[in-house]
Amino acid sequence: MTSSPVSDVLAVQDRGGPAQPLLVVKNLKKHFPVRGGLFEREPKFVHAVDGVSFSVAAGSTLGNVGESGCGKSTTARLIARLMPPDSGSLVFDGDGVAEYGGMALKEFRRNLQMVFQDSFASLNPRLTILETIAYGPQVHGMDAAIATQEGRALLARVGLEPDQFASRYPHELSGGQRQRVNIARALAFHPRLVILDEAVAALDKSVQAQVLNLLQELKAERQLTYVFISHDLHVVHYISDEVMVMYLGQVVERGPVERIYSDAAHPYTRALLLAVPSMDPAQRTQHSPLMGDPPNPINPPNGCRFRDRCSMAQDLCAASTPLLRAVGPYAEHIVACHMNDPMSGYRHATVKPSAAAALEATV
Amino acid sequence: MTQTLALSAVTQPSQNTIPNRSYWHVVARQLRQEPVAMVSAVVLLLIVCAALFAPWLAPADPFKASMLKRLMPVGSPGYLLGTDELGRDMLTRLMYGGRLSLLMGVVPVFAAFFIGTSLGLLSGYVGGRVNMVIMRVLDVFYAFPSVLLAVAISGALGPGMSNSLIALTLVFVPQVVRVAESVTTQVRKLDYIEAARMSGAGSFSIIRVHVLGNVLGPVFVYATGLLSVSMILASGLSFLGLGVKPPEPEWGLMLNTLRSAIYSSPLLAALPGAFIFITSIAFNLLADGVRSAMDIRR
Amino acid sequence: MFAYILKRLFYALPIALSVTVVSFMLVYLAPGDPLNAIAPADAPADVIEALKSAYGLDRPVPVQYGLWLWRALQGDLGTSIASGRSVVSEVFSAVGNTLLLAGIASGLGVLVGCVLGALAGYKHGGGVDRAATALSVVGVSIPHYWLGLVLTIIFSTWLGWFPAMGAGPGGSTDWSWDWEHVRYLVLPSVTLSVIPMGIITRTVRALVADMLAQEFVVALRARGLGGMAVFRHVAKNTAPTVLAVAGLQVGYLMGGSILVETVFAWPGTGFLLNTAIFQRDMPLLQGTLLVLCMFFVGLNLLVDIVQPLIDPRMGRG
Repeated sequence: MTSSPVSDVLAVQDRGGPAQPLLVVKNLKKHFPVRGGLFEREPKFVHAVDGVSFSVAAGSTLGNVGESGCGKSTTARLIARLMPPDSGSLVFDGDGVAEYGGMALKEFRRNLQMVFQDSFASLNPRLTILETIAYGPQVHGMDAAIATQEGRALLARVGLEPDQFASRYPHELSGGQRQRVNIARALAFHPRLVILDEAVAALDKSVQAQVLNLLQELKAERQLTYVFISHDLHVVHYISDEVMVMYLGQVVERGPVERIYSDAAHPYTRALLLAVPSMDPAQRTQHSPLMGDPPNPINPPNGCRFRDRCSMAQDLCAASTPLLRAVGPYAEHIVACHMNDPMSGYRHATVKPSAAAALEATV
Repeated sequence: MTQTLALSAVTQPSQNTIPNRSYWHVVARQLRQEPVAMVSAVVLLLIVCAALFAPWLAPADPFKASMLKRLMPVGSPGYLLGTDELGRDMLTRLMYGGRLSLLMGVVPVFAAFFIGTSLGLLSGYVGGRVNMVIMRVLDVFYAFPSVLLAVAISGALGPGMSNSLIALTLVFVPQVVRVAESVTTQVRKLDYIEAARMSGAGSFSIIRVHVLGNVLGPVFVYATGLLSVSMILASGLSFLGLGVKPPEPEWGLMLNTLRSAIYSSPLLAALPGAFIFITSIAFNLLADGVRSAMDIRR
Repeated sequence: MFAYILKRLFYALPIALSVTVVSFMLVYLAPGDPLNAIAPADAPADVIEALKSAYGLDRPVPVQYGLWLWRALQGDLGTSIASGRSVVSEVFSAVGNTLLLAGIASGLGVLVGCVLGALAGYKHGGGVDRAATALSVVGVSIPHYWLGLVLTIIFSTWLGWFPAMGAGPGGSTDWSWDWEHVRYLVLPSVTLSVIPMGIITRTVRALVADMLAQEFVVALRARGLGGMAVFRHVAKNTAPTVLAVAGLQVGYLMGGSILVETVFAWPGTGFLLNTAIFQRDMPLLQGTLLVLCMFFVGLNLLVDIVQPLIDPRMGRG
């Protein structure tokens, strides 16, 4: 990070030192009430996020994957404190956020920023992109002229020539250019953690590659930490150090990227990986590894939530909910599945060979 | 990307070649290309100037009556548009009448614009219970057709110009609030508002910088559409005897007092209404033009 | 579906109630004592007191409202101060006339509007389109009371085809469907029809143009179906919106007919309202307002309920 006098205004200190995880999330829960008709007795809830815990080490990238509706975006918004969680805690660099004795919300906003999926909707159509980028730092007290100057520097850094682009409006840019603007806007705060919520999903493949490379460069230059949310497994593989898999509001697996991609432990993760089309024509999937649709998040199944679609489910899976446990000797690779837990009572011998073989193949 | 940068640095001299276009400049430029709207604008300008500068331009005294010179036809020497039922010069009365008619048409819309936008912004941004309460209260106003409401309030308050202005404002505010609240609610859900909240800005700053600009557009378009309705309604109130009181000149009131002359001098009797018509149609066509000029860009 | 109707009714009730409050309270906005309309200024004190209690003006306002509402629900809206007849009979005979006028005017306006709008939409951008658009702009911008005067001048004063005022020969208000009476209806209804005509033309034109530009029409034409089939599709798809707008127009005309009724001295609710205002006839004003607004609320409710029945896309709730 360049230590120019101007960036001192926004400089935030690394308090805990390199060993402390930058972000620790404990047991986040968010339930949205569903408006029933006039004559509903029991209020129903969408269990969008139901007990999510994880931590993110400084300087790493955590990839967050899962189907639509699994709670990834809601989790992102809870971490960013765009909405308050129903329960759970958020600790940033050793300080609780928006809690008594912890970090104030406004200060937190300087540390954590977010890049949204819809590049067009995230920019005010009435402001030029330079105005948009310069707005944030001014909120935190930076002088307008200096903010504009820094904004131009940021535009240049993300690959948009300031003289050409600074006074353009969002509708005059392409999708890829807009996402660069969104990244520049996030960086204007000199944050330490950036959440990327499907940030490249709407872009063409070639543009995706450019933006991903840009993100990698910026991460190295500015010692950033990323939480990268996506449903695109290739992209997640490319950019992440760690991957977290979510299903129906809960974390089902988590581990270093290579572990997950080579030896996933959860049937859902394996099915997701199998569903990714391969470039090799010899490897064709005949049957879809994942059956059915995700169940209704208003009434999640009891026990393991994945059991309805899991070809290896047993009665035990309905009776009790599996907890996150380490996979074998790998401490950083955890999974929530009864098959992984020798003490759970899961009967491995009765698993149908065909089902097991189907999941073993090509992973 | 660096390659393209190097190229552009060579082929184009690095200077700020794109002028900083203001949004309204663009709209004005688009508007200039619409012939119908421009003609309407010119007509309106003429009428407004005639009304505004009436004390200097008008040939006679609007209140000077003469029983001998009653209902002289159009084109009489010295009385270009004839005289009314009390012998007053029609041209003068029409010019002076324009002042009050235009005032009564424009002021309620302006007032409703300011009050309605503020209320709608507040209601839409805060959301929740407050929003529901405000909108439900306004729903009551929608239960009355606007003409009926204007007449009822005006009738209840009594004749007089200020009472009519209040009545008309009360009729238009709920309509403006509806538009403003609807747009605010939509805008509030957009990602850039979330991004603005992510920057740590307070609600007022967000509303002022991000929400207001995007709400003003649609509300402005709606309000310009109201101008013609307001003029017709305001003059209509005077026509009923609820607005401006005689002997003040006002187009609607003149229509009323000249009614008895439709048998003897129909042209005179119809003249004030013709001006209401022209002004109203000019407002509408101009508003349509502004709307399309704003549309193409956004 | 039943639940939807109930929900709509449920929402309409507080509005209807508020309407009654506003109708009642409006007269109290006026400066001056409502008593001035009833009693002459120099009446002795005991006469004033007697009048006061006879009209219930000595009770606190909320009590007056309650009594008024209670009686109204039983069909008694009080007695008109000006005419001495019961408000209910005055209002209901007037309502009949206004309904007649508004109904005919809406029908005419909607019909002409649909035809013009459809023509304009079909021949998008052509001469017919511009003419129809111009007509619709005129319809929306014209002061209808002035139009009434102009039509009176042309067709009554100059041509003598139609009478200038009233609803029947000799000022009678009994209606019958013979030419003697219908000729009184022509000018007012044509005048009033211009408003819905303008709005419907614009609406239909936009809908038809949109629909014809859609891909399924191209698909129909590609299959060799022309003319009639396309027209049926267009008609079916635009009908719900047009019906909704038309329904609302009837309500609007019922409430907004006061200006035209004044011009033509048409003995309807608008005319009655005019009388009530200028004679400061409190019970008549409250009663007329109440009935008119209830009509409007009821009509809105009807449109709300009927629309999803016709247009399956609107869905439930």
